[in-house]
Amino acid sequence: MAKRADILATLTAPLIRQNPVTLQILGICSALAVTTSLATAVTMSVSLTVVLTLSAVIISLIRRHLPDTIRLIVQIVIVASLVIVIDQILQAYLAEISRALSIYVSLITTNCLVLGRTEAFARHNPPLPAAVDAFGNGVGYSVILIVLGGIRELFGRGQLFGWQVLPLADAGGWFTPLSLMLLAPSAFFLLGGVVWAVRSLLPEQAEAPEHMPPATVRAAE
Amino acid sequence: MTELWTLFLSAAFVDNMPLTLFLGLCTFLALSKRPESAIGLGFAMIGVLGVTVPLNWLIYHGVLAPGAWAWAGRPELDLSYLSLIAFIGVIAATVQLLEMLLDRFFPTIHAAFGSFLPLLTVQCAILAGSLFMVDRSYTLAESAVFGVGSGLGFALAVAMLGAVRSRLAYADLPNGLRGLGIAFVLTGLMSLGFASFAQMAVSP
Repeated sequence: MAKRADILATLTAPLIRQNPVTLQILGICSALAVTTSLATAVTMSVSLTVVLTLSAVIISLIRRHLPDTIRLIVQIVIVASLVIVIDQILQAYLAEISRALSIYVSLITTNCLVLGRTEAFARHNPPLPAAVDAFGNGVGYSVILIVLGGIRELFGRGQLFGWQVLPLADAGGWFTPLSLMLLAPSAFFLLGGVVWAVRSLLPEQAEAPEHMPPATVRAAE
Repeated sequence: MTELWTLFLSAAFVDNMPLTLFLGLCTFLALSKRPESAIGLGFAMIGVLGVTVPLNWLIYHGVLAPGAWAWAGRPELDLSYLSLIAFIGVIAATVQLLEMLLDRFFPTIHAAFGSFLPLLTVQCAILAGSLFMVDRSYTLAESAVFGVGSGLGFALAVAMLGAVRSRLAYADLPNGLRGLGIAFVLTGLMSLGFASFAQMAVSP
């Protein structure tokens, strides 16, 4: 039973409490770039979760045969091969979304989240916990992506998944789209707001001040 | 010549890597806590991007591009799906080589920002530089200019953010916003500022 509780904890910890984006600062690049619409955000989330889980399982399986000195190169090659497969699948079956994501699918290779989890967890654990941890982190990442994508698409275009949810003023409705939501700065503001919200709910995550003003340093001495 | 200059400016300002394309944000946020490390990272980025983008151009067009093996009687060979692995390998090797060269010939520079170099292997901005080079089919000269220009843009942005963050000591922030939260808000404000450079691209 204890073992099952462990696995459950590994799965649920990264959802909010150890969330890869808001706490571990992993995988931010793609989190911001692909959230202009919900469809791209969901595609990216699924691709990343698949790559992350598969690479964690593979690396965990060969962990005893992996020399420490070349492990980074081996890990990157495994991740890159999986990403190539995903990229080819997307190009074949979801050509339009694949074009919208442009190079960001290939950039899963250097997504710090994948390398961070394989390096920190999968390398020291058997395949099952490694897969569960990777899946949990993937889902935690997806939650943030989908929240951001939903907010940006809803307020930027009045749509969700391409369906008109809020009637636009141009078409006789009442909603004037905020085009700022589709531009780069709003992604930063929204993610900053999400981080603030999470850390207000969980105060133990708040960071200590980075610098002290000279006056207080002198006073402290 | 003017085209290259335009490309340089647009790579550095209009398509600024961290602020408008969200590339390389992990290191951008992690190493901008103080200005000194931010400037070190900036110089490392200029160097690595300026070397790897033209190098990857040579490899892509010499080995991987469709039709690159026409001289050997195999014009139908298309290895471009391997470009991701090839680029990552080139970047890892370049970073390693650059670190060894700096250590050997310029120990002072190496001491100043040597510790950031290994990190750059897994920096998305650097891989993205090479992927954009293929995506937008640059020539060799253009890819070199693009590499240096986007490196410079990254360096500018990270140095500015580092300078602003060290001033946060005087700001009384809510607990939850401290650190990562305010860094995002600052980056957003800088990104708004850089958005005004978008006008620059169209003026002749």
